[in-house]
Amino acid sequence: MSTSLLLLIIALIGFIAFLAGRSRSFARSGGKLSSLHSLPGYHGSYVAIWATLPALLLLAIWLITSPVYIDYTVRSSLPEPVQSQGAATLQLALGQVKSVAAGFERLNASEISAIENGSANMRETLASKGVALAGEGEPYMVKAAQQFNAMRQYSRWLMSVAVLLVSVAGAFYALRNIDVRFRARNRVERVMLGSLILASSIAILTTVGIVASMLSEAGRFFTMVSPMEFFFGTVWDPRFAAAGSGGASGQFGLLPLLAGTLYIAFVAMLFAVPIGLFAAIYMAEYASPRLRSIAKPLLEVLAGIPTIVYGFFALVTVGPFLRDISTQLNGVLTGNYQNFIQAQSVITAGIVMGIMLIPFVSSLSDDIITQVPRALRDGSLGLGATRSETVKKVILPAALPGIVGALLLTASRAVGETMIVVLAAGVAARMQFNPLEPMTTVTVKIVNQLTGDLEFTSPQTLVAFALGITLFVITLGLNIYALYIVRKYREQYE
Amino acid sequence: MSEAAVEKALDQKMNTVPFKMVGRDVSVYYGEKRALFDVNLDVRENTVTALIGPSGCGKSTFLRTLNRMNDTIENCRVTGKITLDEDDIYDLSIDVVELRARVGMVFQKPNPFPKSIYDNVSYGPRIHGLARTKAELDAVVETSLQKAGLWNEVKDRLHEPGTGLSGGQQQRLCIARAVAVSPEVILMDEPCSALDPIATAKVEELIHELRANFTIVIVTHSMQQAARVSQRTAMFHLGNLVEENDTDKMFTNPDDQRTQDYIMGRFG
Repeated sequence: MSTSLLLLIIALIGFIAFLAGRSRSFARSGGKLSSLHSLPGYHGSYVAIWATLPALLLLAIWLITSPVYIDYTVRSSLPEPVQSQGAATLQLALGQVKSVAAGFERLNASEISAIENGSANMRETLASKGVALAGEGEPYMVKAAQQFNAMRQYSRWLMSVAVLLVSVAGAFYALRNIDVRFRARNRVERVMLGSLILASSIAILTTVGIVASMLSEAGRFFTMVSPMEFFFGTVWDPRFAAAGSGGASGQFGLLPLLAGTLYIAFVAMLFAVPIGLFAAIYMAEYASPRLRSIAKPLLEVLAGIPTIVYGFFALVTVGPFLRDISTQLNGVLTGNYQNFIQAQSVITAGIVMGIMLIPFVSSLSDDIITQVPRALRDGSLGLGATRSETVKKVILPAALPGIVGALLLTASRAVGETMIVVLAAGVAARMQFNPLEPMTTVTVKIVNQLTGDLEFTSPQTLVAFALGITLFVITLGLNIYALYIVRKYREQYE
Repeated sequence: MSEAAVEKALDQKMNTVPFKMVGRDVSVYYGEKRALFDVNLDVRENTVTALIGPSGCGKSTFLRTLNRMNDTIENCRVTGKITLDEDDIYDLSIDVVELRARVGMVFQKPNPFPKSIYDNVSYGPRIHGLARTKAELDAVVETSLQKAGLWNEVKDRLHEPGTGLSGGQQQRLCIARAVAVSPEVILMDEPCSALDPIATAKVEELIHELRANFTIVIVTHSMQQAARVSQRTAMFHLGNLVEENDTDKMFTNPDDQRTQDYIMGRFG
């Protein structure tokens, strides 16, 4: 019985259980609904939960553990010479056995027996059915494959029976419990609560898992390259991972990347902060509600554009434009038509990233400015202050902590931004302070190190995890600090 | 002249006191909804005029027309004529900012700016350039706080945030803030509704004293408060001015049956 059919049957049992539970509680109450502790629907749900949940749990466990067990049994039944050839070869042999087994499922009995007594070539027969084998296949594989198939079939059969039994048994157990004073409602709600907790813990555990895996990989990197060299090195030159060499041959200095990251983020903020802040002040304080209702969503559309599109825009429009205009300027001023802005440069990436950040700055600041109580506005206007005096002297100072928080959040986005810098900033890891020259960032180098053929044992690849964890710590720090400031600000008016 | 003598003189002159502000056929619309119907109300100089009436009767709306705070509300339209010293305050030649410096306002909830006590009080004088030197500004702050009866309580912590004061102190700080601009008229929109009885008593006493220098219009829900602090009372009902009279007469022998009913607590 296939898994999906099994699931369908369990659902059906659950549905029937629901109806049965509901009608039983109804019958128990003798038609007086008010005498029931819980409504019939709750009793029905209670029985349905008992009919489905344990069965599904068993199904899940079986599906996860049975292949492991079968693999183990088949592997240990392989002939002695194969066993003694090391783990890698053994694994390869097992994979081949599985392919053969999958092929056998498509053959009929006579074809199988032909292969068994050697009258047909196994590889050709299987190939004719669309199953490709890596090698010729050894005779022992035929036996192993048959054992594998038999065990799988048996396991599947056993699983179906067990799961259905558990399902029906659960339903009957729950049905017997139903009574007038039975607290079905509380139990159903406890299951609900459990599923809510499960959902939120999955989200949290995933984060923890990601961080843990990054940490352990970064740890492996640091066994090959010393942390001092990584965090304080001024040269980024990882070289290539030579096959089999495994040793650290390049130089992994973080500082040039960090400098590039912070420099580009700084240039981006230089563009985004004044424009975004002014836009927010206009939207929050001056714009009429009608204009605001049109203009604010339009501004926020910018936030919905995928960053790769911005990167593309930087690569084909902004970068060449800056390069050409610098060529013309230089020509007119000195007569030498030589561009002094590179197409890929800090300023190109900074401008385009700044454009991307404008809606973040304006939308967050706008929320914070509109949160300043109306009473403060009225108080200032009532003293004969103009609108702009009110904004300058009352509203902005009151909103300042929140705005600073918003800017920190935006900065953490700028630091973590990838696609724009990959396309617009360049790949040369250099320590320099001319914004017209290319620099590179941590994110660009992560992309670089993880592109192409990978070997997860060389420092050239593992360095990506060290870079990732560094970036993660920076943005996490910025976010936590920003949230702390924003929350503190909120309390002020509550 | 002693304070009591001033008061007595003022009371005697009551009916001869000149009008500071005059409202003629004032109507206010919020969009399609009409909130005030042709109100004719005069505000006498150096007098406390109380506006009373049940919730939603238009008394706060009328108060806000007097310094054009209704301008800040979307869709709000005012018709009729209001004058301040015989100038039409809705005339195009009037700068609304200048008007609000002459007609100050104290709000229902204390709303000190999140700045120091000193900066709160000096806010208005700074904007309007009322003091040229630091010493002058200090003097303005001190006299304003004294007028608001707050000086002794805060003189040692002028540079602490105004939001750290108690509710009653905050409201007196807001009054000091309004006084610092040297307005001619002070509008108060239920200034004591967020205060406890002791703080209320202090603010009422303060209103009494301010009367010597300012013309005051106060909206209140409390009939006792109107009787205690005002010389003239105006009763609003459903957007109409029902009756305007001397406070004493209003609370003992009103002309209008509705006033009588409201004061007796039969509705509202």
